[in-house]
Amino acid sequence: MTSSGNPAYKVRIEKAHFEAMVAHAQNGLPNETCGLIAGRVERGAGGEGVKVVEKVYFMTNIDASSEHFSMDPREQLSAIKDMRANGLALLGNFHSHPETPARPSAEDIRLAYDPSASYLILSLAGDGEDPVLRAFHIENGIASPEEVMEKGTATFTRGDL
Amino acid sequence: MVLTVGGTRKEYPAELTVAKLLEVEKVEMPLYVTVSINDEFVKREEFETALLKEDDSVEFLYFMGGGF
Repeated sequence: MTSSGNPAYKVRIEKAHFEAMVAHAQNGLPNETCGLIAGRVERGAGGEGVKVVEKVYFMTNIDASSEHFSMDPREQLSAIKDMRANGLALLGNFHSHPETPARPSAEDIRLAYDPSASYLILSLAGDGEDPVLRAFHIENGIASPEEVMEKGTATFTRGDL
Repeated sequence: MVLTVGGTRKEYPAELTVAKLLEVEKVEMPLYVTVSINDEFVKREEFETALLKEDDSVEFLYFMGGGF
């Protein structure tokens, strides 16, 4: 349960998608990179909502900055149409933090308008050899961690503010 | 007037501006929304005057960004 009382979700993502996100983030260095995640929502064994990522859309950071990102609206439009054509739901978005931990900044929280979205942050901090992906529910200025699971296997990272 | 809004076809009143459509659809935080009509983006300063017409396809896209 989140701070507002809305149900918390788990985010399940295939390792291949995770690795593609890491490659996208590394290729975009020194800048932040971003994208959208789409798929479906299932019920977990405990009745909790599980967002199953089926497709990742890699977007251009039109800020071209190591400290900011903005998605390209034209690419967003294209992605939304592709989701609709393929019966996928928009589950949330992701962006990378090239040098800082995988937790939302004050600006990330301020600009998080959609409480139904999962906000994923991929950190390449340190030597970049051990990227960390975490997910957050953000509502009313409060970020709550969501569990990120590798599809079909055990949890491999967990949001932890 | 029939419009397709976010992929759904619905009946709307005639003489509808983009700004009014945002109200009718109860779009939250409209300052963070980009609007496209038939894949063409509408300038924010034209929201109050841009009129929709029969069979237009409209999408609302929220700004997505962040940083330090």
